[in-house]
Amino acid sequence: MKTVYTHPKYLKKVPFHYCPGCGHSVIHRLIAELIDEMNIHDRVLGIPPCGCSVFAYNYLDIDMTEAAHGRGAAVATGMKRAFPEAIVFSYQGDGDLAAIGTAETIHAANRGENITVISVNNAVYGMTGGQMAPTTLLDQWTTTTPYGRDAKTAGHPVKMCELVAVLDGSVYVERTAVDSPANIRKAKKAIQKGFQVQMDNLGFSLVEVLSPCPVNWKMTPVESWEWIEKEMEKVFPLGIIKDTTGKKDAD
Amino acid sequence: MDGNSAIGEAAIRAGCQCYFGYPITPQNELTEYMAAHLGKRKGCTFIQAESELAAINMVFGASVVGARAMTSSSSPGISLKQEGISYLAACELPAVIVNMCRGGPGLGSIAAAQSDYFQATRGGGHGDYRTIVLAPSSVQELADFTHRAFDLADKYHTPVLILGDGMLGQMMEPVEFKHEAPEVLPVRSGALRGAKGRPSRIIKTLSSNPADVEELNWSLFRRYELIKKEEVTYETFMVDDAKLIVVAFGIAARIAKGAIKNARASGLQVGMLRPTTLWPFPSQKVRELAQNTKQFLVFELNMGQMIEDVQLALEGKGEVSFYGRPGGVVSAPNEVLRVITRLYYQKGLEK
Repeated sequence: MKTVYTHPKYLKKVPFHYCPGCGHSVIHRLIAELIDEMNIHDRVLGIPPCGCSVFAYNYLDIDMTEAAHGRGAAVATGMKRAFPEAIVFSYQGDGDLAAIGTAETIHAANRGENITVISVNNAVYGMTGGQMAPTTLLDQWTTTTPYGRDAKTAGHPVKMCELVAVLDGSVYVERTAVDSPANIRKAKKAIQKGFQVQMDNLGFSLVEVLSPCPVNWKMTPVESWEWIEKEMEKVFPLGIIKDTTGKKDAD
Repeated sequence: MDGNSAIGEAAIRAGCQCYFGYPITPQNELTEYMAAHLGKRKGCTFIQAESELAAINMVFGASVVGARAMTSSSSPGISLKQEGISYLAACELPAVIVNMCRGGPGLGSIAAAQSDYFQATRGGGHGDYRTIVLAPSSVQELADFTHRAFDLADKYHTPVLILGDGMLGQMMEPVEFKHEAPEVLPVRSGALRGAKGRPSRIIKTLSSNPADVEELNWSLFRRYELIKKEEVTYETFMVDDAKLIVVAFGIAARIAKGAIKNARASGLQVGMLRPTTLWPFPSQKVRELAQNTKQFLVFELNMGQMIEDVQLALEGKGEVSFYGRPGGVVSAPNEVLRVITRLYYQKGLEK
């Protein structure tokens, strides 16, 4: 009999603490599967963010270190430079990446650090109770935009993929989503490509994943998938934003 | 060699693999030295980071994978690094941080000061932690203490601060380096290097259970008690018959020493205690000196910070006076001599 679905080898056998319908558990699973499939378990190092997925180290059975809020790309830089044989990825939320950690992210990308950043965009600060994130959509309700996000006072959604893509140091930037089985498969492929870019020493890769947060969005899981497709993807279009990997020779 | 460069050379010879910096006066010679000399070494890395925050977090990352790593800055930049220093302390990671202190608060001045004593010796960032603080007072000591800082950081799994000042960093003196750079860069055991043939490791501090964090604090506290017992260092100068002891550290101690020599030449029985570790502070030695000497003069390039540690150590068993110049103004030995002489006669010590 052929096995088509099983518990990933590098996902610990503990229940997730994530809310029902949350996208983190799906993305964790994709990463765990890839670590096995790409045979990088003995040299992969992960950095979870501050936020709900800080507990990623409770689930992924790999070497992981905490980083201060927003500093994932700087910590990853230090790790990779001191131990270049490692495959280093940071797993960061939208606030982590696009608000408090914008400088670290942009400059790691600009230096062409050979690391992979996986950015989970759910348009809110999840762990702290659903405040406005840099990626919150215009008119979106959050606990700190109780009348909807108003561009005049709270600015516009920050598009990190597009920001990072204009830097010469970034080589691979893709935005994906986990709102449907087809997109989940694409997200896995994108993360795989990100790891591969790093294994080939090509430079900085960023994979953004649009991910549901039904509890803070006050939606059912099904409604939140629909909201990603109908609302988020209008502002954050899916697809490869930049790929110069074919044009660069490995060091 | 200038003091800042001497730190850089000593760090390389101590096996420092990574240096992450950000320009700020008066420590730029160190960043420039590392750019020229560390970056070209096999397996070593120099990065001019985008901010002090990024630099200290790069140090964090390098320390996570077991490399000897350092960063340096001056007062306003050290404030920015406090976030990372707190995380390093919490995650029990070694690192060496150099503060070439300048006059504060705020942007202040770029001249030599000692106004970061409280910040350095009380932890500096959020949470209940300490860092070992070394206080050199010559270019030779900058080099020697840099080596010691790396060893202490590894021994106790803790960040170690070198507290200098703008004058020490930029003055030129002869210096002898006592070590050769290691052929193979040291990698600390227990580092994250991939879970090959062993269970995966996690470096973290966050816990949803306060009892875990309480235990971390107890574990740090026990280590700090050990450091206090084992690692206190200081220098004494002409204290045996002293009726007045000047307590000073770093560049202030050198100024004071000149003043004390002149005071001695005039027949005043004055000595000096110079702590070379500011944390742990040589409290025991202060108490010991107080058995024969009742008058202490604390001299600092600030408004009076170390004086609190002297007072705490004395527990009322001696009288403490203070003289200081803040903001980057540096006293000349004659000025300190006048203070010593006035105090000596005011207290009737000539009798």
